[in-house]
Amino acid sequence: MTEHVSLTVNGIGREVDVEPRRLLVQLLREELDLTGTHVGCDTSQCGACTVTMDGRAVKSCTVLAVQADGANVTTIEGVAKAGAMHPLQSAFWEKHGLQCGFCTPGMIMAAMDLLDRVSDPSDEEIRHAIEGNICRCTGYHNIVLAIREAARTLRTGETASAGGVS
Amino acid sequence: MTAETEADVLTAETQVSAGPVGQSLKRREDPRFITGEGNYLDDIKLAGMSHLAILRSPYAHARITSIDTSGAKAMPGVLAVIVGADIPYNPLPMAWPAGGSSGVQNNVNTPRVLATDDVKWTGEGVAAVVAETPEQAADALEAIQVDWEPLPAVVDAEKATKEGAPQLHENAPNNVVFVWKVGDESGTAAAIDSAEVVVRQRLVNQRLIPNPLEVRGDIGWYNPGTDEYTIWMSSQTPHIQRLLLGAFVTGIPEHKIRCISPDVGGAFGTKIFCYADMALVMFASKLVGGRPVKWVETRRESYQSTIHGRDHISYLEIAGSRDGTIAGLRVKTYANLGGRLSTIGPGIPTTLYGRVLAGCYKFPNVFCEVTGVYTNTTFVDAYRGAGRPEATYVVERAMDLFADEIGMDPAEIRRRNFLPPDSFPYDNPSGLGTAVNGEKIYIDSGNYEPALDKALAMAGYADMASTKAEARTRGKLLGVGLSSYIEVCGVAPSKWIGAVGEGWGAAMWESANIRIHLTGKIILTIGTQPQGQGHETTFSQIVAQELGVPVEDVIVQHSDTKGAPFGYGSYGSRTASVGGSAAIKAAGKVREKARRYAAHMLEASPDDIEVDGATYSVRGSPDKKKTLQEISFAIGLGFSLPEGMEPYLDETAYYDTPNCTWPFGTHVAIVEIDDETGVVDLVRYIAVDDVGNKINPMIVDGQLHGGIAQGVGQALWEGAVYDDNGQLLSGTMMDYALPRASWLPMFELDETVTPSPVNPLGAKGVGEAGAIASTAAVANAVIDALSPLGIRHLDMPYTAQTVWRAMSQAKGGQA
Amino acid sequence: MIPAAFAYHRPQSLGDALALLSEHGAAAKLLAGGHSLLPLLRLRVASTERIVDIGRLGELKGVRPGADGSLEIGGLTTYSELLAGATMPWVKEAVEGIGDVQVRNRGTVGGAIAHADPASDLPAIALALGGEIVLQSSSGTRTVPVDEFFLGPFETAIRSDEILTSIRFPAQPEGATGAYRRIDQPASGYSLVGVAAVAAMADGRVGHLRVGVTGVGEAAYRARGVESAMGGSDGGTEAVAAAAEHAVDGMEVNSDIHADAAYRSAMARVITIRALEAALGR
Repeated sequence: MTEHVSLTVNGIGREVDVEPRRLLVQLLREELDLTGTHVGCDTSQCGACTVTMDGRAVKSCTVLAVQADGANVTTIEGVAKAGAMHPLQSAFWEKHGLQCGFCTPGMIMAAMDLLDRVSDPSDEEIRHAIEGNICRCTGYHNIVLAIREAARTLRTGETASAGGVS
Repeated sequence: MTAETEADVLTAETQVSAGPVGQSLKRREDPRFITGEGNYLDDIKLAGMSHLAILRSPYAHARITSIDTSGAKAMPGVLAVIVGADIPYNPLPMAWPAGGSSGVQNNVNTPRVLATDDVKWTGEGVAAVVAETPEQAADALEAIQVDWEPLPAVVDAEKATKEGAPQLHENAPNNVVFVWKVGDESGTAAAIDSAEVVVRQRLVNQRLIPNPLEVRGDIGWYNPGTDEYTIWMSSQTPHIQRLLLGAFVTGIPEHKIRCISPDVGGAFGTKIFCYADMALVMFASKLVGGRPVKWVETRRESYQSTIHGRDHISYLEIAGSRDGTIAGLRVKTYANLGGRLSTIGPGIPTTLYGRVLAGCYKFPNVFCEVTGVYTNTTFVDAYRGAGRPEATYVVERAMDLFADEIGMDPAEIRRRNFLPPDSFPYDNPSGLGTAVNGEKIYIDSGNYEPALDKALAMAGYADMASTKAEARTRGKLLGVGLSSYIEVCGVAPSKWIGAVGEGWGAAMWESANIRIHLTGKIILTIGTQPQGQGHETTFSQIVAQELGVPVEDVIVQHSDTKGAPFGYGSYGSRTASVGGSAAIKAAGKVREKARRYAAHMLEASPDDIEVDGATYSVRGSPDKKKTLQEISFAIGLGFSLPEGMEPYLDETAYYDTPNCTWPFGTHVAIVEIDDETGVVDLVRYIAVDDVGNKINPMIVDGQLHGGIAQGVGQALWEGAVYDDNGQLLSGTMMDYALPRASWLPMFELDETVTPSPVNPLGAKGVGEAGAIASTAAVANAVIDALSPLGIRHLDMPYTAQTVWRAMSQAKGGQA
Repeated sequence: MIPAAFAYHRPQSLGDALALLSEHGAAAKLLAGGHSLLPLLRLRVASTERIVDIGRLGELKGVRPGADGSLEIGGLTTYSELLAGATMPWVKEAVEGIGDVQVRNRGTVGGAIAHADPASDLPAIALALGGEIVLQSSSGTRTVPVDEFFLGPFETAIRSDEILTSIRFPAQPEGATGAYRRIDQPASGYSLVGVAAVAAMADGRVGHLRVGVTGVGEAAYRARGVESAMGGSDGGTEAVAAAAEHAVDGMEVNSDIHADAAYRSAMARVITIRALEAALGR
């Protein structure tokens, strides 16, 4: 028994038939091959599966695919526009905000939610905003720097200067 | 050094010169990860792929009376149901016995692919379902009927060795896997017996669940057409797994097995090992006619079936005089190894623990006895630091306890006992060298006091009394803790390991292959295996530096036993020092052949060719020159070759390091404790580390950040908790607390640089340093904060309740 | 990770949803934001034959302040919507600490209240504010005072054919201020102990006080011993400390791997003091 789900993912309309028990993250990964959204736990703790749904960060492991019917979902694959990285992506690269990369897509999507609401977040606000995202590699230090840098870029329109040299 | 150093034949520089090495280049692997294009195990989909799920024991100790799979077999989409008796494979190998050939009895019991007669821990696999979809596999598991005969369980290593404890294995009376001793037993006893001051303490280094963010998984594919197996695995060691799965578990010839480790989402030791599921997917794929079979553990499953770390109970005695001179350290440790042994479980609390217990100190006498113990718990093996965090915790707590006893400042007692900088190479008294056939290993280098001084200055240590007083006005108990550590990286050399018999499961040599295409583009293929450390960046920096080419001209391949030279993989902070040196050695071979070919092109003697970066010119005639690109094009075509020279630039090197490397440093943690609730807040963290020369300082700092956070996690929040029946109560992330962003401060890092003399990079390794140092630093800070109440020790983790209870009891209140 | 199979209904109106509940009774579970139910289904510690997804019933959303100072919060209002709405600042501060941003974006007020996790924050806040829970079934609407709503762990006064449509908080007394203080269970982010207090002084005396406590007992409860000890006092530090001694009066205090009963009891007192002091503006 399946249900029909019609949703927009990264700007593209999608029609999918799913079992009701299928999670949004499974729909994205299995049906749509958008494997940038990861699963790191089974209790809604780790945040690796974070995407935005109608503009707000959600844990796609805790949303049934059928609940996303009609929604506008953005995953990490939809963040770069016209081949240009989003300032958050550039800043994570620049500031070494990732190591194994597994938490990174969810971390960036959670940060996206923050920077949509707060243009100049303090470090405390940044850390609070990513409390639902576990990173086991970085100790969060460079993630905080990256989000801080991305906020600056988005505010000023200037791209990053300091940090890693390339 | 007495050992013949292979470094002699290489570029014998230890100082970094201008060039890509030493630069904080942005990572070359990052674009794929930040755009969602990484390729982790669960991202792989193969045509015809089926899905496997494992039924795991709900009991910690039980006999399997019968298993009825008929219901499951009838479920929709089910292709096969497998029980242990179906599988003709051997139990998993145990590759690193304690003491090895030294005569220590290791009572070995390892898991089978699926348990047959009995289970020894909650979560041991007993049956498996292969189905068309993961949902169908999960549903069918619930239809398997197992009749159990539950048996009494024991989870505490010390209790397990006592009279009357439940017995796990017939060949291991009192559940003892081994009793391993190292150091001078009588000398240490004499030193303790005659000492002015002796301090004794029982310490628990609690069990941890490592928690890389990507869980483990495998895909097995049996190709009936070629009779070959391919296994994709989230692993740190694909080459070793091919060896173990072939020669030890399945009996399938090694050359008929291919192991591929795709992008690995963190590992921290957990993905070094040979796991039952790897063999299970091989068996299952053949059983279902060659369809690929995928298994990915759930997080809850991972908590039971992927290795745990630490879990020591230790009794320490530290002895010395009132002037702060330490005369001896004696430690008796019970190391919990779980219900059956993991791949190198016994090696961790022995070689990597007992032999480095003296840390960075000139203790004249050290003795350590380790009892490895079976309990009804998940197996324990290497977790970030692996033995060294446990050793550092013991010795750094011991130093603080002793300092407290004699009323000396913790910084001062460390300073008085540091090995002086002229001690090296140094063979410590805890049996580090263990000469066999004249072979010993040494602490290669060190200069500990500058790192301590720098860390103290950064922390404002001299003003700590006023900092504490200020905190007191806010209802906070402020504490400062030091941890001066050393660690051993890149366990080596092979001949020492072989001679001591401490197992071939340890890291030894490493490999690298360099091929230069006709266009001058370079492929480096390495035997090591990244899990987030940025090898594609650092190795291309090394090769670019050595061959004088842009970093962009080098790509780094790894992780596939088909095509990569055999390598031992990445763990034990060995990749830069051992693998990086292999890459340098391969580059040297390429450079030498290019030089000889340049001589041929330029009609000069090879001895007259000078190499400057990628330019090969005739000495005294700088206009007569060829670039590496021109050389690789010409030699790649091979139209004109000197007598006896093969075409193409393609060189492989194997590098066996002459000795381990020994990073060191001092970390300082500053904590504040809420005196009413016991909540501990880490307010500052200072780390001064000496990891030798750095290939990419940005990456080095990142490794330190992450290691520090994991070590802090152990001190403050993390802990695996079993009940007396062997049920894992901290069974999900809802009950096992991992560090979160808002609980940690920015880390304040600085360095000293003492290049390692044992490898051409002068690099030492940094993957584990943070985790090795930080637990003890935070522990000492918490105890320092509580010391005004008369508290001299507490076991971790310092949860609010633990700290509050200690404070209440110290204040004479009820708790 | 994969829930057992269930049938799915997405009624288009509250009436349809109520009809489905009457038809299927206990065999159906309501799904609002899903942040209480889905984790249980995924671990297969709970299962259900069918799910009735009420998440889109717009009539159950919204923060509606009344002219008299009362406040009605629709059951399907998310934490994030509560934060964006006309909610008291101290409640916003408390809600900002619930879960994480993703949870607050999806989790609903009604879902959390109806789920009645004994360590959930909102029940304590609701108890401090007083008021009533509005429940609707196909046979009509009834209200249950919040004081009588939480019956035990995951157990409330809701019948299996009812939907929690809103929570109504009355106007708080003149000058009343509130505060919520908690100690985290670090792994889950739930509270080991959480205390909400709303207090108002009248003529230099504590004229109004409600204290809600979560994490401590089998369900969130009003600390009536604290309230009566404080009532009429001068609200000073000594009175607060003395009253807080009654924080766990009559309760069987929870014990688990994170905190035993002794610690929870002690912290109930400490956190009660902190919540009272904050509510009293200190």
